[in-house]
Amino acid sequence: MGTLACGKVHIMEYVISVLLSGISVGGQYALIAIGYTLVYGILRLINFAHGDVFMVAGLLGIYLTATLPIPVSLPLVIVFTVLLGFTIERAAYKPLREAPRMSVMISAIGVSYLLQNTATYVTGGQPMTYPTIPFLSDTVNVAGTQTKWVVIITPFLVLILVTFLTMLINRTKVGMAMRAVSKDFETSRLMGIRINSVISVTFIIGSALAAVGSTLFFTNYPAITPMAGAMPGLKAFVAAVFGGIGSIPGAVIGAFIIGICETIIKGLPSNWDVSVFSDAFTFALLIVILAFKPQGLFGEAAADKV
Amino acid sequence: MSEDVLKINDLKVRYGGIEAVRGISFFVKKGEIVTLIGANGAGKSSTLRAISGLIKPAGGKVELEGEDITAKDSTTIVSKGLMMVPEGRRIFPNLSVLENLKIGAYLRNDDLEEDLNMVYGYFPRLKERSWQAGGTLSGGEQQMLAVGRALMGRPKLLMMDEPSLGLAPIVVQDIFEIIKRIHENGTTVLLIEQNANMALHVADRAYVIENGKISLEGTGKELLADEKVQAAYLGARG
Repeated sequence: MGTLACGKVHIMEYVISVLLSGISVGGQYALIAIGYTLVYGILRLINFAHGDVFMVAGLLGIYLTATLPIPVSLPLVIVFTVLLGFTIERAAYKPLREAPRMSVMISAIGVSYLLQNTATYVTGGQPMTYPTIPFLSDTVNVAGTQTKWVVIITPFLVLILVTFLTMLINRTKVGMAMRAVSKDFETSRLMGIRINSVISVTFIIGSALAAVGSTLFFTNYPAITPMAGAMPGLKAFVAAVFGGIGSIPGAVIGAFIIGICETIIKGLPSNWDVSVFSDAFTFALLIVILAFKPQGLFGEAAADKV
Repeated sequence: MSEDVLKINDLKVRYGGIEAVRGISFFVKKGEIVTLIGANGAGKSSTLRAISGLIKPAGGKVELEGEDITAKDSTTIVSKGLMMVPEGRRIFPNLSVLENLKIGAYLRNDDLEEDLNMVYGYFPRLKERSWQAGGTLSGGEQQMLAVGRALMGRPKLLMMDEPSLGLAPIVVQDIFEIIKRIHENGTTVLLIEQNANMALHVADRAYVIENGKISLEGTGKELLADEKVQAAYLGARG
Protein backbone atom coordinates (compact mmCIF):
# COMPACT_ATOMS: atom_id res chain seq x y z
CA MET A 1 0.00 0.00 0.00
CA GLY A 2 2.67 2.45 1.10
CA THR A 3 4.94 1.77 -1.86
CA LEU A 4 2.07 2.17 -4.30
CA ALA A 5 1.19 5.63 -2.97
CA CYS A 6 4.83 6.54 -3.09
CA GLY A 7 4.94 5.42 -6.77
CA LYS A 8 1.93 7.59 -7.56
CA VAL A 9 3.62 10.63 -6.08
CA HIS A 10 6.69 9.95 -8.19
CA ILE A 11 4.60 9.63 -11.33
CA MET A 12 2.80 12.89 -10.57
CA GLU A 13 6.09 14.69 -10.03
CA TYR A 14 7.41 13.16 -13.21
CA VAL A 15 4.37 14.21 -15.27
CA ILE A 16 4.52 17.73 -13.89
CA SER A 17 8.19 18.12 -14.66
CA VAL A 18 7.76 16.80 -18.20
CA LEU A 19 4.79 19.10 -18.81
CA LEU A 20 6.61 22.11 -17.37
CA SER A 21 9.65 21.68 -19.53
CA GLY A 22 7.49 20.81 -22.56
CA ILE A 23 5.50 24.02 -22.21
CA SER A 24 8.70 25.96 -21.75
CA VAL A 25 10.45 24.49 -24.80
CA GLY A 26 7.23 25.02 -26.76
CA GLY A 27 7.18 28.67 -25.72
CA GLN A 28 10.74 29.12 -26.92
CA TYR A 29 9.88 27.51 -30.27
CA ALA A 30 6.84 29.80 -30.43
CA LEU A 31 9.02 32.92 -30.26
CA ILE A 32 11.03 31.67 -33.23
CA ALA A 33 7.99 30.35 -35.09
CA ILE A 34 6.31 33.77 -35.09
CA GLY A 35 9.24 35.13 -37.10
CA TYR A 36 8.75 32.44 -39.74
CA THR A 37 5.02 32.87 -39.93
CA LEU A 38 5.04 36.69 -40.08
CA VAL A 39 7.55 36.79 -42.91
CA TYR A 40 5.76 34.03 -44.79
CA GLY A 41 2.45 35.85 -44.34
CA ILE A 42 3.80 38.94 -46.08
CA LEU A 43 6.45 37.71 -48.52
CA ARG A 44 5.40 34.06 -49.01
CA LEU A 45 9.05 33.40 -48.19
CA ILE A 46 10.39 30.68 -45.93
CA ASN A 47 13.19 32.61 -44.30
CA PHE A 48 15.76 29.85 -43.89
CA ALA A 49 18.16 32.27 -42.21
CA HIS A 50 15.80 32.84 -39.28
CA GLY A 51 17.13 29.93 -37.17
CA ASP A 52 20.66 31.24 -37.69
CA VAL A 53 19.63 34.74 -36.67
CA PHE A 54 18.44 33.05 -33.48
CA MET A 55 21.87 31.39 -33.09
CA VAL A 56 23.66 34.71 -33.65
CA ALA A 57 21.43 36.26 -30.96
CA GLY A 58 22.73 33.53 -28.63
CA LEU A 59 26.35 34.34 -29.49
CA LEU A 60 25.67 38.05 -29.04
CA GLY A 61 24.33 37.15 -25.60
CA ILE A 62 27.63 35.44 -24.75
CA TYR A 63 29.88 38.23 -26.02
CA LEU A 64 27.85 41.13 -24.71
CA THR A 65 27.26 39.74 -21.22
CA ALA A 66 31.03 39.11 -20.98
CA THR A 67 31.76 42.83 -21.23
CA LEU A 68 28.60 44.60 -20.11
CA PRO A 69 26.25 44.23 -17.13
CA ILE A 70 23.17 42.11 -17.84
CA PRO A 71 20.56 44.92 -17.70
CA VAL A 72 22.48 46.62 -20.52
CA SER A 73 23.64 43.61 -22.51
CA LEU A 74 20.31 41.78 -22.87
CA PRO A 75 18.47 44.77 -24.40
CA LEU A 76 21.52 45.29 -26.63
CA VAL A 77 21.21 41.69 -27.83
CA ILE A 78 17.68 42.53 -29.00
CA VAL A 79 18.84 45.74 -30.69
CA PHE A 80 21.69 44.06 -32.58
CA THR A 81 19.54 41.07 -33.58
CA VAL A 82 16.90 43.45 -34.94
CA LEU A 83 19.60 45.28 -36.90
CA LEU A 84 20.81 41.96 -38.29
CA GLY A 85 17.30 40.90 -39.38
CA PHE A 86 16.65 44.30 -40.93
CA THR A 87 19.97 44.29 -42.80
CA ILE A 88 19.46 40.75 -44.12
CA GLU A 89 16.09 41.74 -45.57
CA ARG A 90 17.45 44.91 -47.20
CA ALA A 91 20.59 43.30 -48.57
CA ALA A 92 19.49 39.79 -49.55
CA TYR A 93 15.70 39.84 -50.11
CA LYS A 94 14.67 43.34 -51.15
CA PRO A 95 16.76 43.40 -54.36
CA LEU A 96 14.89 40.23 -55.39
CA ARG A 97 11.39 41.63 -54.79
CA GLU A 98 10.34 41.15 -58.42
CA ALA A 99 12.27 37.89 -58.86
CA PRO A 100 10.64 34.44 -58.68
CA ARG A 101 10.04 33.21 -55.16
CA MET A 102 12.55 30.40 -55.62
CA SER A 103 15.36 32.95 -56.08
CA VAL A 104 14.55 34.63 -52.79
CA MET A 105 14.51 31.25 -51.08
CA ILE A 106 17.97 30.43 -52.43
CA SER A 107 19.14 33.82 -51.21
CA ALA A 108 17.79 32.88 -47.77
CA ILE A 109 19.71 29.60 -47.81
CA GLY A 110 22.82 31.58 -48.75
CA VAL A 111 22.35 33.96 -45.83
CA SER A 112 21.86 30.96 -43.54
CA TYR A 113 25.27 29.54 -44.50
CA LEU A 114 26.90 32.95 -44.35
CA LEU A 115 25.75 33.32 -40.73
CA GLN A 116 26.86 29.78 -39.81
CA ASN A 117 30.27 30.22 -41.43
CA THR A 118 30.79 33.62 -39.86
CA ALA A 119 29.91 32.12 -36.49
CA THR A 120 32.46 29.35 -37.07
CA TYR A 121 35.06 31.97 -37.99
CA VAL A 122 34.37 34.09 -34.93
CA THR A 123 34.11 31.26 -32.38
CA GLY A 124 36.74 29.03 -33.98
CA GLY A 125 34.06 26.33 -34.11
CA GLN A 126 34.32 25.77 -30.36
CA PRO A 127 31.07 25.30 -28.42
CA MET A 128 30.56 28.53 -26.50
CA THR A 129 29.14 28.46 -22.98
CA TYR A 130 26.05 30.55 -22.47
CA PRO A 131 26.33 32.72 -19.36
CA THR A 132 24.32 32.07 -16.24
CA ILE A 133 21.70 34.76 -16.14
CA PRO A 134 20.74 35.51 -12.54
CA PHE A 135 17.13 34.75 -11.68
CA LEU A 136 16.42 32.94 -15.00
CA SER A 137 18.90 30.21 -14.05
CA ASP A 138 17.92 30.08 -10.38
CA THR A 139 16.08 26.97 -9.31
CA VAL A 140 12.57 26.90 -7.94
CA ASN A 141 10.35 24.21 -6.43
CA VAL A 142 7.06 23.55 -8.21
CA ALA A 143 4.76 20.83 -6.89
CA GLY A 144 7.67 18.90 -5.56
CA THR A 145 9.88 19.16 -8.66
CA GLN A 146 13.02 21.24 -9.01
CA THR A 147 13.20 23.44 -12.06
CA LYS A 148 14.72 26.69 -13.30
CA TRP A 149 12.81 29.96 -13.20
CA VAL A 150 13.15 30.26 -16.97
CA VAL A 151 10.86 27.23 -17.35
CA ILE A 152 8.15 28.93 -15.32
CA ILE A 153 8.54 32.36 -16.89
CA THR A 154 8.69 31.32 -20.55
CA PRO A 155 5.00 30.52 -21.15
CA PHE A 156 3.85 33.71 -19.39
CA LEU A 157 6.34 35.86 -21.28
CA VAL A 158 5.24 34.24 -24.54
CA LEU A 159 1.58 34.93 -23.76
CA ILE A 160 2.31 38.58 -22.95
CA LEU A 161 4.38 39.09 -26.11
CA VAL A 162 1.81 37.34 -28.30
CA THR A 163 -0.99 39.44 -26.80
CA PHE A 164 0.93 42.61 -27.59
CA LEU A 165 1.72 41.42 -31.09
CA THR A 166 -1.91 40.49 -31.77
CA MET A 167 -3.02 43.92 -30.59
CA LEU A 168 -0.39 45.57 -32.77
CA ILE A 169 -1.62 43.66 -35.81
CA ASN A 170 -5.35 44.02 -35.18
CA ARG A 171 -5.62 47.47 -33.62
CA THR A 172 -2.91 49.73 -35.04
CA LYS A 173 -2.40 51.43 -38.38
CA VAL A 174 0.88 49.59 -38.97
CA GLY A 175 -0.88 46.32 -38.21
CA MET A 176 -3.65 47.17 -40.66
CA ALA A 177 -1.02 47.91 -43.29
CA MET A 178 0.67 44.57 -42.56
CA ARG A 179 -2.60 42.73 -43.10
CA ALA A 180 -3.28 44.67 -46.29
CA VAL A 181 0.20 44.08 -47.70
CA SER A 182 -0.06 40.37 -46.89
CA LYS A 183 -3.02 40.16 -49.29
CA ASP A 184 -2.18 42.55 -52.10
CA PHE A 185 1.07 44.46 -52.72
CA GLU A 186 -0.17 46.51 -55.63
CA THR A 187 -3.40 47.75 -54.10
CA SER A 188 -1.52 48.54 -50.88
CA ARG A 189 0.75 50.77 -52.97
CA LEU A 190 -2.32 52.51 -54.38
CA MET A 191 -3.32 53.36 -50.80
CA GLY A 192 0.04 55.07 -50.31
CA ILE A 193 1.47 52.30 -48.12
CA ARG A 194 5.25 51.96 -48.34
CA ILE A 195 5.56 48.22 -48.90
CA ASN A 196 9.24 48.07 -48.02
CA SER A 197 8.71 49.75 -44.65
CA VAL A 198 5.97 47.29 -43.78
CA ILE A 199 8.19 44.35 -44.75
CA SER A 200 11.01 45.77 -42.63
CA VAL A 201 8.64 46.00 -39.66
CA THR A 202 7.85 42.27 -39.93
CA PHE A 203 11.56 41.40 -39.97
CA ILE A 204 12.15 43.69 -36.99
CA ILE A 205 9.39 42.04 -34.95
CA GLY A 206 10.50 38.53 -35.94
CA SER A 207 14.13 39.20 -35.03
CA ALA A 208 13.26 40.84 -31.73
CA LEU A 209 11.18 37.82 -30.69
CA ALA A 210 13.96 35.45 -31.80
CA ALA A 211 16.39 37.43 -29.62
CA VAL A 212 14.13 37.07 -26.57
CA GLY A 213 13.71 33.38 -27.44
CA SER A 214 17.47 32.88 -27.63
CA THR A 215 18.01 34.11 -24.07
CA LEU A 216 15.33 31.75 -22.77
CA PHE A 217 16.40 28.79 -24.90
CA PHE A 218 20.15 28.92 -24.38
CA THR A 219 19.78 29.41 -20.63
CA ASN A 220 18.62 25.78 -20.64
CA TYR A 221 21.11 24.59 -23.29
CA PRO A 222 24.41 25.95 -22.11
CA ALA A 223 26.55 25.41 -25.24
CA ILE A 224 26.17 27.25 -28.55
CA THR A 225 27.76 25.98 -31.74
CA PRO A 226 27.39 27.58 -35.20
CA MET A 227 24.77 24.89 -35.93
CA ALA A 228 22.82 25.60 -32.75
CA GLY A 229 20.14 27.54 -34.61
CA ALA A 230 19.42 24.89 -37.20
CA MET A 231 17.41 22.39 -35.15
CA PRO A 232 15.33 24.82 -33.06
CA GLY A 233 14.80 26.84 -36.24
CA LEU A 234 13.59 23.81 -38.14
CA LYS A 235 11.28 22.76 -35.30
CA ALA A 236 9.87 26.26 -35.06
CA PHE A 237 9.29 26.21 -38.79
CA VAL A 238 7.50 22.87 -38.43
CA ALA A 239 5.41 24.44 -35.66
CA ALA A 240 4.49 27.32 -37.96
CA VAL A 241 3.45 24.95 -40.76
CA PHE A 242 1.65 22.71 -38.29
CA GLY A 243 -0.39 25.64 -36.96
CA GLY A 244 -1.05 26.96 -40.47
CA ILE A 245 1.72 29.12 -41.86
CA GLY A 246 0.82 32.80 -41.83
CA SER A 247 -1.27 32.47 -38.65
CA ILE A 248 0.19 33.75 -35.38
CA PRO A 249 -2.09 31.81 -33.00
CA GLY A 250 -1.39 28.76 -35.19
CA ALA A 251 2.36 29.16 -34.81
CA VAL A 252 2.09 29.56 -31.04
CA ILE A 253 -0.23 26.59 -30.50
CA GLY A 254 1.77 24.47 -32.95
CA ALA A 255 4.96 25.31 -31.06
CA PHE A 256 3.46 24.36 -27.70
CA ILE A 257 2.17 21.04 -29.07
CA ILE A 258 5.54 20.18 -30.60
CA GLY A 259 7.44 21.21 -27.48
CA ILE A 260 5.22 19.11 -25.22
CA CYS A 261 5.23 16.02 -27.49
CA GLU A 262 8.99 16.19 -27.86
CA THR A 263 9.57 16.40 -24.11
CA ILE A 264 7.16 13.54 -23.44
CA ILE A 265 9.07 11.26 -25.82
CA LYS A 266 12.42 12.33 -24.43
CA GLY A 267 11.07 11.61 -20.94
CA LEU A 268 9.81 8.06 -21.60
CA PRO A 269 11.58 5.32 -19.59
CA SER A 270 15.09 4.93 -20.92
CA ASN A 271 14.80 1.11 -21.27
CA TRP A 272 12.18 1.70 -24.02
CA ASP A 273 14.92 3.23 -26.13
CA VAL A 274 12.66 5.72 -27.95
CA SER A 275 14.00 9.06 -26.79
CA VAL A 276 16.54 9.25 -29.64
CA PHE A 277 13.57 9.30 -32.03
CA SER A 278 12.02 12.46 -30.62
CA ASP A 279 13.05 14.60 -33.61
CA ALA A 280 11.85 12.00 -36.10
CA PHE A 281 8.57 11.90 -34.21
CA THR A 282 8.18 15.66 -34.54
CA PHE A 283 8.32 15.38 -38.30
CA ALA A 284 6.13 12.28 -38.40
CA LEU A 285 3.52 14.25 -36.49
CA LEU A 286 3.76 17.03 -39.06
CA ILE A 287 3.21 14.59 -41.91
CA VAL A 288 0.17 13.04 -40.26
CA ILE A 289 -1.45 16.41 -39.52
CA LEU A 290 -0.78 17.76 -42.99
CA ALA A 291 -2.19 14.60 -44.57
CA PHE A 292 -5.53 15.36 -42.91
CA LYS A 293 -5.35 19.15 -42.80
CA PRO A 294 -3.01 20.37 -45.55
CA GLN A 295 -3.41 24.02 -44.56
CA GLY A 296 -2.45 23.33 -40.93
CA LEU A 297 -4.54 23.88 -37.82
CA PHE A 298 -5.42 27.56 -38.39
CA GLY A 299 -4.28 28.11 -41.96
CA GLU A 300 -6.51 29.57 -44.62
CA ALA A 301 -7.59 27.39 -47.50
CA ALA A 302 -5.64 28.32 -50.61
CA ALA A 303 -8.86 28.97 -52.54
CA ASP A 304 -9.57 32.00 -50.35
CA LYS A 305 -7.99 34.52 -52.78
CA VAL A 306 -10.68 36.80 -54.14
CA MET B 1 -11.87 77.90 -63.45
CA SER B 2 -10.12 76.05 -66.24
CA GLU B 3 -7.16 74.81 -64.24
CA ASP B 4 -5.74 71.48 -65.39
CA VAL B 5 -5.78 68.93 -62.59
CA LEU B 6 -4.08 66.32 -64.72
CA LYS B 7 -2.02 66.91 -67.83
CA ILE B 8 -0.52 64.03 -69.77
CA ASN B 9 1.98 64.76 -72.50
CA ASP B 10 3.21 62.13 -74.96
CA LEU B 11 2.99 59.28 -72.45
CA LYS B 12 4.58 56.01 -73.53
CA VAL B 13 4.45 52.61 -71.81
CA ARG B 14 6.46 49.62 -72.91
CA TYR B 15 6.33 45.98 -71.74
CA GLY B 16 9.50 44.34 -72.95
CA GLY B 17 9.50 45.03 -76.67
CA ILE B 18 5.79 45.76 -76.90
CA GLU B 19 4.69 49.36 -76.84
CA ALA B 20 1.28 49.36 -75.16
CA VAL B 21 0.88 53.15 -74.99
CA ARG B 22 2.41 55.02 -77.90
CA GLY B 23 2.46 58.70 -77.07
CA ILE B 24 -0.83 59.72 -75.49
CA SER B 25 -1.65 63.32 -74.55
CA PHE B 26 -4.76 64.51 -72.75
CA PHE B 27 -5.87 66.66 -69.87
CA VAL B 28 -8.51 66.74 -67.14
CA LYS B 29 -9.75 70.11 -65.89
CA LYS B 30 -10.87 70.76 -62.36
CA GLY B 31 -14.45 69.60 -61.76
CA GLU B 32 -14.63 67.61 -64.98
CA ILE B 33 -15.46 64.01 -65.56
CA VAL B 34 -13.36 62.70 -68.40
CA THR B 35 -13.48 59.21 -69.82
CA LEU B 36 -11.06 57.12 -71.83
CA ILE B 37 -12.87 54.49 -73.86
CA GLY B 38 -11.48 51.78 -76.05
CA ALA B 39 -11.38 48.07 -76.65
CA ASN B 40 -9.67 45.52 -74.45
CA GLY B 41 -5.91 45.88 -74.82
CA ALA B 42 -6.05 49.36 -76.35
CA GLY B 43 -3.77 50.70 -73.60
CA LYS B 44 -6.30 52.27 -71.20
CA SER B 45 -5.25 50.41 -68.08
CA SER B 46 -1.55 50.82 -68.87
CA THR B 47 -2.12 54.57 -69.06
CA LEU B 48 -3.73 54.60 -65.61
CA ARG B 49 -1.06 52.38 -64.13
CA ALA B 50 1.66 54.66 -65.44
CA ILE B 51 -0.09 57.74 -64.04
CA SER B 52 -0.50 56.17 -60.59
CA GLY B 53 3.13 55.07 -60.38
CA LEU B 54 2.55 51.31 -60.50
CA ILE B 55 4.65 51.09 -63.66
CA LYS B 56 7.35 53.42 -64.94
CA PRO B 57 6.46 55.10 -68.21
CA ALA B 58 8.95 54.70 -71.05
CA GLY B 59 8.54 58.35 -71.95
CA GLY B 60 6.37 61.43 -71.63
CA LYS B 61 5.26 63.62 -68.81
CA VAL B 62 2.54 63.44 -66.14
CA GLU B 63 1.60 66.62 -64.28
CA LEU B 64 -0.78 66.88 -61.33
CA GLU B 65 -1.86 70.48 -60.71
CA GLY B 66 1.20 71.68 -62.59
CA GLU B 67 3.61 69.52 -60.61
CA ASP B 68 5.67 66.90 -62.44
CA ILE B 69 4.83 63.48 -60.96
CA THR B 70 6.23 61.37 -63.80
CA ALA B 71 7.65 58.07 -62.52
CA LYS B 72 7.37 59.13 -58.86
CA ASP B 73 6.68 56.29 -56.42
CA SER B 74 3.05 55.55 -55.71
CA THR B 75 3.22 56.76 -52.09
CA THR B 76 4.28 60.22 -53.28
CA ILE B 77 1.61 60.25 -55.96
CA VAL B 78 -1.12 59.28 -53.48
CA SER B 79 0.13 61.95 -51.07
CA LYS B 80 -0.35 64.55 -53.84
CA GLY B 81 -4.03 63.64 -54.00
CA LEU B 82 -4.41 61.09 -56.75
CA MET B 83 -6.51 58.08 -55.77
CA MET B 84 -7.36 55.08 -57.89
CA VAL B 85 -10.19 52.57 -57.91
CA PRO B 86 -8.35 49.62 -59.43
CA GLU B 87 -9.73 47.24 -62.00
CA GLY B 88 -11.43 44.25 -60.39
CA ARG B 89 -12.15 46.30 -57.22
CA ARG B 90 -9.26 44.79 -55.27
CA ILE B 91 -10.72 45.45 -51.84
CA PHE B 92 -8.83 43.80 -48.97
CA PRO B 93 -10.90 40.67 -48.23
CA ASN B 94 -9.31 40.10 -44.81
CA LEU B 95 -9.94 43.64 -43.57
CA SER B 96 -13.32 44.78 -42.26
CA VAL B 97 -15.38 47.19 -44.36
CA LEU B 98 -14.49 49.99 -41.94
CA GLU B 99 -10.78 49.14 -42.15
CA ASN B 100 -10.97 49.05 -45.94
CA LEU B 101 -12.30 52.60 -45.79
CA LYS B 102 -9.72 53.72 -43.25
CA ILE B 103 -6.88 52.34 -45.31
CA GLY B 104 -7.91 54.65 -48.15
CA ALA B 105 -6.94 57.47 -45.79
CA TYR B 106 -3.67 55.79 -44.86
CA LEU B 107 -1.50 58.86 -45.45
CA ARG B 108 -3.87 61.18 -43.59
CA ASN B 109 -3.42 61.86 -39.90
CA ASP B 110 -6.51 64.01 -39.30
CA ASP B 111 -9.98 63.02 -38.14
CA LEU B 112 -11.80 60.68 -40.52
CA GLU B 113 -15.30 60.95 -39.04
CA GLU B 114 -16.60 63.49 -41.56
CA ASP B 115 -15.32 61.52 -44.55
CA LEU B 116 -16.69 58.25 -43.19
CA ASN B 117 -20.10 59.88 -42.88
CA MET B 118 -19.83 61.17 -46.43
CA VAL B 119 -19.01 57.68 -47.76
CA TYR B 120 -21.77 56.11 -45.66
CA GLY B 121 -24.07 58.77 -47.12
CA TYR B 122 -23.29 57.55 -50.63
CA PHE B 123 -23.37 53.90 -49.65
CA PRO B 124 -25.64 53.25 -46.65
CA ARG B 125 -25.12 49.51 -47.08
CA LEU B 126 -21.46 49.88 -46.19
CA LYS B 127 -22.43 51.37 -42.85
CA GLU B 128 -24.68 48.41 -42.06
CA ARG B 129 -21.81 46.06 -42.88
CA SER B 130 -18.95 48.06 -41.45
CA TRP B 131 -17.80 45.19 -39.20
CA GLN B 132 -18.04 42.50 -41.85
CA ALA B 133 -14.91 41.29 -43.63
CA GLY B 134 -14.59 42.93 -47.05
CA GLY B 135 -14.40 39.53 -48.72
CA THR B 136 -17.95 38.65 -47.62
CA LEU B 137 -19.55 41.48 -49.64
CA SER B 138 -21.24 40.95 -53.01
CA GLY B 139 -19.51 42.16 -56.18
CA GLY B 140 -21.54 45.36 -56.34
CA GLU B 141 -20.94 46.10 -52.67
CA GLN B 142 -17.23 45.51 -53.14
CA GLN B 143 -17.20 48.03 -55.98
CA MET B 144 -18.93 50.55 -53.71
CA LEU B 145 -16.33 49.81 -51.06
CA ALA B 146 -13.51 50.34 -53.56
CA VAL B 147 -15.00 53.70 -54.57
CA GLY B 148 -15.58 54.71 -50.94
CA ARG B 149 -12.04 53.68 -50.04
CA ALA B 150 -10.62 55.95 -52.75
CA LEU B 151 -12.85 58.85 -51.63
CA MET B 152 -11.41 58.53 -48.11
CA GLY B 153 -8.12 59.81 -49.50
CA ARG B 154 -9.83 63.13 -50.38
CA PRO B 155 -8.64 62.89 -53.97
CA LYS B 156 -7.97 65.91 -56.17
CA LEU B 157 -8.43 63.42 -58.96
CA LEU B 158 -10.30 60.13 -58.68
CA MET B 159 -9.26 57.57 -61.27
CA MET B 160 -11.52 54.59 -61.92
CA ASP B 161 -10.44 51.58 -63.92
CA GLU B 162 -13.43 49.69 -65.37
CA PRO B 163 -15.83 50.13 -62.43
CA SER B 164 -18.61 48.31 -64.31
CA LEU B 165 -16.58 45.20 -65.10
CA GLY B 166 -18.26 41.97 -64.08
CA LEU B 167 -21.29 43.59 -62.48
CA ALA B 168 -24.97 42.99 -63.21
CA PRO B 169 -26.55 45.71 -65.43
CA ILE B 170 -28.74 47.02 -62.62
CA VAL B 171 -25.70 47.34 -60.34
CA VAL B 172 -23.78 49.08 -63.13
CA GLN B 173 -26.54 51.70 -63.24
CA ASP B 174 -26.21 52.23 -59.49
CA ILE B 175 -22.47 52.66 -59.81
CA PHE B 176 -22.81 55.25 -62.56
CA GLU B 177 -25.44 57.12 -60.54
CA ILE B 178 -22.92 57.31 -57.72
CA ILE B 179 -20.15 58.46 -60.06
CA LYS B 180 -22.44 61.28 -61.21
CA ARG B 181 -23.25 62.29 -57.63
CA ILE B 182 -19.60 62.21 -56.58
CA HIS B 183 -18.78 64.39 -59.55
CA GLU B 184 -21.63 66.82 -58.79
CA ASN B 185 -20.26 67.18 -55.28
CA GLY B 186 -17.01 68.52 -56.70
CA THR B 187 -14.71 65.56 -57.29
CA THR B 188 -12.76 65.50 -60.54
CA VAL B 189 -12.98 62.07 -62.17
CA LEU B 190 -10.97 60.22 -64.80
CA LEU B 191 -12.98 57.18 -65.84
CA ILE B 192 -11.80 54.26 -67.90
CA GLU B 193 -14.51 52.09 -69.37
CA GLN B 194 -15.30 49.42 -71.91
CA ASN B 195 -18.96 50.22 -71.35
CA ALA B 196 -18.73 53.21 -73.70
CA ASN B 197 -22.44 53.92 -73.70
CA MET B 198 -22.63 54.48 -69.94
CA ALA B 199 -19.31 56.29 -69.81
CA LEU B 200 -20.12 58.75 -72.59
CA HIS B 201 -23.46 59.59 -71.00
CA VAL B 202 -21.86 60.75 -67.75
CA ALA B 203 -18.69 62.28 -69.22
CA ASP B 204 -18.03 65.95 -69.94
CA ARG B 205 -15.32 65.01 -72.39
CA ALA B 206 -13.99 61.74 -73.76
CA TYR B 207 -11.04 60.28 -75.59
CA VAL B 208 -11.06 57.12 -77.69
CA ILE B 209 -7.91 55.03 -77.45
CA GLU B 210 -6.97 52.61 -80.21
CA ASN B 211 -3.72 50.65 -80.36
CA GLY B 212 -2.06 52.82 -77.77
CA LYS B 213 -2.94 56.15 -79.39
CA ILE B 214 -5.80 58.60 -79.10
CA SER B 215 -7.88 58.35 -82.26
CA LEU B 216 -10.79 60.62 -81.38
CA GLU B 217 -11.74 63.19 -78.79
CA GLY B 218 -14.70 65.38 -78.02
CA THR B 219 -17.50 65.95 -75.57
CA GLY B 220 -19.48 62.94 -74.40
CA LYS B 221 -22.40 64.00 -76.57
CA GLU B 222 -20.26 64.49 -79.68
CA LEU B 223 -18.77 61.04 -79.39
CA LEU B 224 -22.16 59.45 -78.71
CA ALA B 225 -23.29 60.93 -82.02
CA ASP B 226 -20.14 59.94 -83.90
CA GLU B 227 -20.73 57.20 -86.46
CA LYS B 228 -17.37 55.51 -86.01
CA VAL B 229 -17.84 55.42 -82.26
CA GLN B 230 -21.36 54.08 -82.68
CA ALA B 231 -20.15 51.31 -84.97
CA ALA B 232 -17.12 50.30 -82.95
CA TYR B 233 -18.16 50.84 -79.33
CA LEU B 234 -21.89 51.32 -79.03
CA GLY B 235 -22.99 48.25 -80.93
CA ALA B 236 -25.11 50.28 -83.39
CA ARG B 237 -26.02 48.46 -86.56
CA GLY B 238 -24.32 50.06 -89.52
